[in-house]
Amino acid sequence: MEQKEILSLKRTATNIRKGILKATCSAGSGHPGGSLSITDIMTYLYFKEMNIDPKDPQNPDRDRFIMSKGHCAPVLYSTLAERGFFPKEDLITLRKTSSYLEGHPNMKSTPGVDMSTGSLAQGLSTAIGMALAGKIDNKNYRVFVGMGDGELEEGLVWEAAMAAAHYKLDNLICFVDYNGLQIDGKITEVMNPEPIADKFIAFGWYVQSIDAHDFEQIEKAVENAKKQKGKPNMIVAHSTKGKGVSFMENQAGWHGVAPKPDECERGLAELDAYLASLDKEEQ
Amino acid sequence: MAGNIATRAAYGEALAEFGADERIVVLDADLSKSTKTDVFQKKYPDRHFNMGIAEANMMCTAAGLASCGKIVFASSFAIFAAGRAFEMVRNSICYPEFNVKIGATHAGISVGEDGASHQMIEDIALMRSIPNMSVISPCDAASARFAVKAAIEKQGPVYLRFGRLAVPQIYDKNATFEFGKGVQLKEGSDVSIIANGLMVQYALEAAKILEEQNISARVIDIHTIKPIDRDIIIKAAKETGCIVTAEEHTVVGGFGSAVAEVVCSEYPVPVKMVGIEDQFGKSGNPYELLELYGLTAKNIAAKAIEAMQML
Ligand SMILES: Cc1ncc(C[n+]2csc(CCOP(=O)(O)OP(=O)(O)O)c2C)c(N)n1
Ligand SMILES: [Mg+2]
Repeated sequence: MEQKEILSLKRTATNIRKGILKATCSAGSGHPGGSLSITDIMTYLYFKEMNIDPKDPQNPDRDRFIMSKGHCAPVLYSTLAERGFFPKEDLITLRKTSSYLEGHPNMKSTPGVDMSTGSLAQGLSTAIGMALAGKIDNKNYRVFVGMGDGELEEGLVWEAAMAAAHYKLDNLICFVDYNGLQIDGKITEVMNPEPIADKFIAFGWYVQSIDAHDFEQIEKAVENAKKQKGKPNMIVAHSTKGKGVSFMENQAGWHGVAPKPDECERGLAELDAYLASLDKEEQ
Repeated sequence: MAGNIATRAAYGEALAEFGADERIVVLDADLSKSTKTDVFQKKYPDRHFNMGIAEANMMCTAAGLASCGKIVFASSFAIFAAGRAFEMVRNSICYPEFNVKIGATHAGISVGEDGASHQMIEDIALMRSIPNMSVISPCDAASARFAVKAAIEKQGPVYLRFGRLAVPQIYDKNATFEFGKGVQLKEGSDVSIIANGLMVQYALEAAKILEEQNISARVIDIHTIKPIDRDIIIKAAKETGCIVTAEEHTVVGGFGSAVAEVVCSEYPVPVKMVGIEDQFGKSGNPYELLELYGLTAKNIAAKAIEAMQML
């Protein structure tokens, strides 16, 4: 990837992160931690990889993205807004009674949302249905999925893992946001789902492990996945929960708590400083 | 509001209070700070197990523990406890009639901002339909404490429905309750308002609104939805001639239906229901949502008048 393109993606990701802070702060609730950890992956998919058109969000041939960890609606909305599916100004209506931006993704109210989610693990199973439909109809669309590492504790995930491999769904590209944290603490202490990569390998998936915040690694993994035939794809993305906002990083406490206005200001200032540093780098 | 306490908070406190009983084991599914089982965990760490984000497994594990003599409290949000794990609750807990108490928090629309995916408004219907299951849905902290105590004493499965929102105290701290017995909170002769959970406070307010129109409304809190207090319902039907039910739940198959089942078969009189009208909720401030879906004192009063007009 060219340096210029990396810089541009970093800028976009930072703007998406700003949207996450503003939206959750305005709502007074919501989930910033896991939203910030998967932001770079979302940025890559929506700004480089996916065949989508904000003017035609229902196109049957489009690529799909399913936020299986639906509590990370803030990053999905901020990405969709940044990409032009709806006005960025609307992000601050998140979770309000009059808003179309529900606390968890609602495909019937929000343009660009491909599946209603919020109950963990169901997203992956619905993705299997979409991928299977693509096979039945001989369509070329791909189905992308964002999952949490805590989410992997659900038994349904492993039913889905079995089915995806059984039906050779190579049009399915799934990311696990491996940030090591869930609500009650470290995943290894609450209910250890590790070793994650080995488990999916054993289930018959094509598995790659990457740094979730490195655009070149994301690109390489997605390009590899696209070349694979006959196996579903799992990209185990090692990430930092709360990435980009220093006081939120690696803190389980920021899973489902919105920043207060002063905290939001501090976070935005950090992200603005980062944007300025990117400008400098460009020159 | 100051002085308001969420029933889930009272649940956590009660678990810790009664937790000295060595038979008690508490399970949670990565939500211990929200369900408040963490209060028990701090006091009795050896008898609290975090089962991770795996509610179905948690319910069957609870069944296995109970088969070995434990009294198990299994907790999660109501949507996952009664919804996701429904069939495990039915087949592994209720069919063998195990001593598993399901501590379901965040029930109803007052979950608020998390939105429809997390607003469990079908759990009363689901849980009361299972043979052997008892269902208790308290309206405040004192009755929530009682619910935990009753669940420990009652042999067999019990579903406990708790809310996220802090609610006013209806009862005195030392009030006494009886499992399966409703409580008449206010005498009245023109209409009976039979309410449950968070709606009890609005039932009392509705009675005041009606009073201003010279309508005498009886107010009854039915905390134990199953087995339901048939006597208090039949008496209300006979003495006031019409009934309004109020629940923070869908009107399809829920608390109102449970009351209507008794009225229809024993002493038919008009029954109007206040509840969510066969639709999903949405995100928003809990109080705005209660207003939006008609879960208000005003609406209860209006339905009371409608019920009276049917006579
Ligand atoms: C079936 C189900 N159980 C419980 C929850 C409540 N819940 C929301 S987020 C969460 C923790 C998720 O952790 P993880 O998957 O690691 O997400 P991330 O760290 O990426 O935010 C839980 C338990 C839920 N949404 N769905
Ligand atoms: Mg995680």
